[in-house]
Amino acid sequence: MRTPLIVRLGRSFDARGWLLVGLFAAFALVAVPIMHLALPPENPLHLSTWFITLTGKILCYAIVAVAMDLIWGYGGILSLGHGLFFALGGYAFGMYLMRQIGRDGSYQSDLPDFMVFLDWQELPWFWAGSDSFLWVALLVLVVPALIAFVFGYFAFRSRIKGVYFSIITQALTYAAMLFFFRNETGFGGNNGFTDFKRILGYSITAPETRVVLFGLSALALLGTLLLARYLVTSKFGRVLTAIRDAESRVMFIGYHPLWYKLFVWTLSAMLCAIAGALYVPQVGIINPSEMSVANSIEIAIWVAVGGRGTLIGPVIGAFIVNLAKSWFTVSFPEYWLFFLGTLFVVSTLYLPQGVVGLWFTLRARWRPNSGDELAVAAKGAKA
Amino acid sequence: MRITGLLLCGWLLSASCLAAIDPALLKPLAAEDSDAKIAAIVALAQATPEEALPVLKAFSDNSLAVVGERVVIVDGERVLDASSNVEIRPAPAAIETIGINNRVRRELSAALAALRLFSSERSVRWQAAQEVTLSAEVKMLPLLDKALAAESDPEIRTRLQLAHAQASLGSTDAAVRHAAVRTLGESSSPKVRQLLIPLTEKRGDNWVEPDSAVRAAAGTSIRSIEQRLAWADNLGRAFTGLSLGSILLLAALGLAITYGVMGVINMAHGELLMVGAYSAWAMQSVFRAYFPAALDWYLLAAIPVGFLAAALVGVLMERIVIRHLYGRPLETLLATWGISLFLMQVARTLFGAQNVEVANPVWMAGGIEVLPNLLLPWNRIIIVAFSIAVLVAMWAILNLSRLGMFVRAVTQNRPMAGCVGVPTGRIDTLAFGLGAGVAGLGGVALSQIANVGPDMGQGYIVDSFMVVVLGGVGQLAGAVWAALGLGVFTKFLEGWTGAVVAKIVVLVFIIIFIQKRPQGLFALKGRFVES
Repeated sequence: MRTPLIVRLGRSFDARGWLLVGLFAAFALVAVPIMHLALPPENPLHLSTWFITLTGKILCYAIVAVAMDLIWGYGGILSLGHGLFFALGGYAFGMYLMRQIGRDGSYQSDLPDFMVFLDWQELPWFWAGSDSFLWVALLVLVVPALIAFVFGYFAFRSRIKGVYFSIITQALTYAAMLFFFRNETGFGGNNGFTDFKRILGYSITAPETRVVLFGLSALALLGTLLLARYLVTSKFGRVLTAIRDAESRVMFIGYHPLWYKLFVWTLSAMLCAIAGALYVPQVGIINPSEMSVANSIEIAIWVAVGGRGTLIGPVIGAFIVNLAKSWFTVSFPEYWLFFLGTLFVVSTLYLPQGVVGLWFTLRARWRPNSGDELAVAAKGAKA
Repeated sequence: MRITGLLLCGWLLSASCLAAIDPALLKPLAAEDSDAKIAAIVALAQATPEEALPVLKAFSDNSLAVVGERVVIVDGERVLDASSNVEIRPAPAAIETIGINNRVRRELSAALAALRLFSSERSVRWQAAQEVTLSAEVKMLPLLDKALAAESDPEIRTRLQLAHAQASLGSTDAAVRHAAVRTLGESSSPKVRQLLIPLTEKRGDNWVEPDSAVRAAAGTSIRSIEQRLAWADNLGRAFTGLSLGSILLLAALGLAITYGVMGVINMAHGELLMVGAYSAWAMQSVFRAYFPAALDWYLLAAIPVGFLAAALVGVLMERIVIRHLYGRPLETLLATWGISLFLMQVARTLFGAQNVEVANPVWMAGGIEVLPNLLLPWNRIIIVAFSIAVLVAMWAILNLSRLGMFVRAVTQNRPMAGCVGVPTGRIDTLAFGLGAGVAGLGGVALSQIANVGPDMGQGYIVDSFMVVVLGGVGQLAGAVWAALGLGVFTKFLEGWTGAVVAKIVVLVFIIIFIQKRPQGLFALKGRFVES
């Protein structure tokens, strides 16, 4: 007998897990708005705009990290192209934000400023409908999914895997970056989109808008975690992990790895795109450098630092690396790359399970009798 | 002896005694009207080509002047009589410089170029013949006739004939034009083509060229010029493609060892190129400081230094990090990426974030002009030759040396190689060092044609991997074909689409190609079962 979906979803977490989810939701959706909007700036509990923007940004990164973990940690496929899907989502939503500027741009034209600058007379065809929020929201989901599906179908059908796959995803992202750098492409070239004014008619810099975007990012992260948790604990997740560990055997048992990989790859791309769409209004800019080779590899290091094959690990990793980044780039900009480089080396050499794995190892050392949890952590299925 | 004496005498005379310019010819130069001035210039140049040269030169330098009725040349403090070239003493007071406008200046420079055709120096005549070809007009015909009669050098004659034909196009005699058009058809210069095109066109209702036979001949000539041009264009493109291919090959050869043979994904490969390029810069600085006389040869010293520096970095990388990650390619990828970030920041800290300036040695400047529109620069030729040399050396090391044999043995069957006494660990280190050193050599070469800065390596990493992946993992031949193929393909594509689109198309092409042939162009034969 099939258990109803809602019940199965409910069983994804135990009571303590649901409590944590609830606490996180309450903090992000209730406490943060109050602390930012209601408390006066002098109050020690007041959260600054800087905090909201930074944390909101990292929440988006965390979604990307979880998406990356689904495909890498559980599927064994290291993608160096997730920056592309993130940027595509951002660009799609950026089109809407550009149209919302209306006639308030420097040239007071209906067209976005960069098009006036290039002396274009009308919107290119792919901008059609970009003033509609719903259409753009659809684009955010469909375009990256379509690209991921087509690319993934051919790549997985040819059984490209491992490093080969990483390198061709990297080439894809690199090609896309070159493409978006061109002015003729119609996405603002070098400068990308910026100077946003409004979203759904509300001022994009208003504290209320920021809090709403923050809350949405938190909800999106929670939704991603729930979905991911549900997937990896389902039968689908087990097959996926089996494919990661021994693809040929799974194939001989009678499963077709192509569809499993393709599904998780496309889903991962869509999650990235959602994160990108939430990221752009909070940061206020999107340009082709988001697709740079370095950015996509950095996503992998968030996951590796946090702990591959766990779901909370990537979230922790995204927070650790990005908090360190914003601290370093302000305080010691010249040491940031040293730190990041060392982090790459150390986490691959000494932390194969990331900080989550480290935590379980240490706990097992302190409490030798709780060995079962170590086993679970080593398998990488504990959230 | 006597002949030399005569010549010497003649030369001495020419400075002072060629005083045969008729003052009547000089006088119109001072006319108010530009047309009159131009007529005077032409008349003067034709009447006495040799004597006219200093006068016209002075004219174009704004130092021709009139004193009363007399035309004089002002040379600093001295004032010379233009017709006799003799200094006037005492220098007259009321000197009035003859002004020239742009139109006159143009005529003047054309006439000067024409006059230099009679110089006794071959190089001056050659230069002048080239200039004349650019601006030949019908009124210069008599002069060109004279020059052709006097010219004995075949190369200059060809040039002059071209100029003559060009000038004859303006003739009123259809037969002269016809002959000229046919002569011009033997040229292979784009400028001549531009000149002929109007002859086949209509202006309003009338043909620019009234004679139909001349029109037809012009059409034939244009076609034959275009054929030659296209040929040279394609040749040029093939060469730039070859040179781009050899650059790609140099960038990728090191990777062909570390990735292709050893299977190590080295994302810091670009930074090894950077180490090589900075070595070239360092050697340049050392030579500038200690051996300025031999500065032009710093590059030769940079080759071993670049190799050793990059090899040292490679050996350290292998010893400290990579050896712990054998068999875990994805982790290797991330760790080496970390190393690359580290090396980039080291370069930035040591040498600054700005690009450093690495100058081409003098012997790499210039090039060979194969055809009028095809110049092969020396630095490209040298890089092609260098990449061939590096390739041959690599092949020899891998296939002829003991080290190469060990490397191949370890690659094919590690435990077995270990059993027969090959020190597998040390071979790994040496092989990685070799690959890194070759990347350093590539960096030395790149320093001559690309910017040298902390970020330079990032630009090559995708390209290098594309070459190795396209060529197929496991041997050098694949990398060579892939690099040359990509280079030539990119350059021909650039002709149609522009550089960026060409690059995108090439990347997409590789992505599609890999889907079709995951093993690359040259797959290793044998039974390889995935682990």
